[in-house]
Amino acid sequence: MQTIATESVPVLAPLRARTGLGRKARRNVSAHGFLIGAVLCFVFFSWYPMCREVVMSFQKTQLGVTSWAGWANYKRIFHDPTFWTAWRNTLEFTVLALIIGYAVPFFVAILLNELRHAKGYLRCLVYLPVMLPPTSALLLFAYFYDPTYGLFNDILHTLHLPTSQWVQSPGTALPSMAMISVAIAATWMNMGGATLIYLAALQNIPGELYEAAELDGAGLVKKIRHITIPQTRLILSMLLMLQIVATMQMFVEAFILTNGGAGVNNNTVSVVNLIYQYAFALSGASNYNSASALGVVLMLVLAAFSGAYLWLTRDRGDLR
Amino acid sequence: MNSPPPRTLVSSAQLNQPRGKIVYRVVLTLVVVVFTLVFIGPLYFLFSDGLKSTTEAVQVPPTIIPAHVHLSTYGSAWSRVGLARLLVNTLYYAFGALFFQLIFDVAAAYSLSRLRPFGGRIIFALMLATLMIPSTVLLVPQYVTVADLPILHLNLIGSPEAIWLPSVANAFNIFLLKRFFDSIPADLLAAAAIDGASPLRTLRSVVLPISRPILGVVSIFALVAVWKDFLWPLLVEYGYSPSRETLNVGIFEAASTTPQNLVLAASAMAAVPTVIFFLVFQRNILAGLTAGSLKG
Repeated sequence: MQTIATESVPVLAPLRARTGLGRKARRNVSAHGFLIGAVLCFVFFSWYPMCREVVMSFQKTQLGVTSWAGWANYKRIFHDPTFWTAWRNTLEFTVLALIIGYAVPFFVAILLNELRHAKGYLRCLVYLPVMLPPTSALLLFAYFYDPTYGLFNDILHTLHLPTSQWVQSPGTALPSMAMISVAIAATWMNMGGATLIYLAALQNIPGELYEAAELDGAGLVKKIRHITIPQTRLILSMLLMLQIVATMQMFVEAFILTNGGAGVNNNTVSVVNLIYQYAFALSGASNYNSASALGVVLMLVLAAFSGAYLWLTRDRGDLR
Repeated sequence: MNSPPPRTLVSSAQLNQPRGKIVYRVVLTLVVVVFTLVFIGPLYFLFSDGLKSTTEAVQVPPTIIPAHVHLSTYGSAWSRVGLARLLVNTLYYAFGALFFQLIFDVAAAYSLSRLRPFGGRIIFALMLATLMIPSTVLLVPQYVTVADLPILHLNLIGSPEAIWLPSVANAFNIFLLKRFFDSIPADLLAAAAIDGASPLRTLRSVVLPISRPILGVVSIFALVAVWKDFLWPLLVEYGYSPSRETLNVGIFEAASTTPQNLVLAASAMAAVPTVIFFLVFQRNILAGLTAGSLKG
């Protein structure tokens, strides 16, 4: 290593072509030496687990002996009613988080972009919850949501509105109050990031476009519809995809709000929560293989979303 | 900064009309008040409810201002939840992860960007591919692998390496660093090469000093990621005595058996370091956020 590192090596690619084979090989060894640490971490903690997940989902372990199980794990999870509950809840959360957490940051960003004062203050304010440890923020929300002594019910009570059980609502109707509560807490915690990214995108819109629209007599709504949204379309679609992929992995929000459980009648159990339950929480019956099968299903769904996004944006790129 | 504000949705001329001025003032006041209530309001309760007595914290209806201030709640929460220990653990994990990420990810990005080894393009593509598959999906195989590393047969569960080493496999870091290294003028590196500097020397004396902004961004991401993580530390550092848990996991574990006012006091204290960190580094944090997501 030492001799290689002290060897004088041109770092320029064009110079490389003119050098001899021996030096080229030595430079490659040196370059791989720089890479090896990160590559080993990727091998052990990313690439290998990825392959292993697929392998484990087709295996079973009985009394310490591992053997092939065919599709048995997949059959088992598909026959588990909680599997469908978990998917329903996860999709419900994804949709609710989109309705609340996708549109709100965009309009907040449009609003903040128009203000000439207190910009720095408001920007900090919106991002502050993102920096909080999730446990702190969620235990606080659990306290607000408490049906007896919580602040939210007290506010509703003062306003003579019907109070709610919030996260502890037993109902499983769509959308369920329990999931709406989780989505509100999640949006409060996470909307800062999206807001600031939108804000940066809004500042890149050329001002002349708005001037031109005004000459044509366009009002506020028309300007937002025909200039702001088309001009930020790329960022809008990118964040849409990122948010779908992120919300489908929801775990910590519902887990902490329900004190490590899955809500009344499992009505806040998410797919990742179910993976966790299969693998670690069901006492005596922890089953890595079923959990892996569920992991593969989630991986395929997320890959489908990512793939669809890439296909859609490529299509749009051609049209431009 | 006397330059005119950039042209936005509503023109300055419109705002300067008497009616525009009034509307703007009203909207500005509303936004400032509502945003302060929504984002600082909950934090007020986080800190003030920790000052209440155990009975007042669960009183119906809840009090907005503590009737009796019990500063001692913070002290009892500190010792009962074992916050000192949790704080030290979390700092140890966060800075260890930062150290390993800076060493390995910077070296890898430099190699991919400037040394261009054989197969580098494929390795980089495989790294970027992991961005499509988030780590929560790989929870189980990752756990099983960390419990028994292949070939080496090491069990990392319960050791800090279980948090440090997986954090290095961060394609986003490598992407950000590589993109920055790619933008360094080739002449600068050629000059170093002509002077006979080795790749390591070039990295240390030329590349790193001009990469401070991006190193700052990566460092902040690294620290915040460990500080905010919940599920992975819950799996790998749980159930040891003395505790090896992070703040997040430790407070969550204590929450179900601890009175409400102590839980809130502990949560408030856990939030203090991140709030201070944010206030100190807000410029870098907010700039880094957009640096990572926007091209150009």
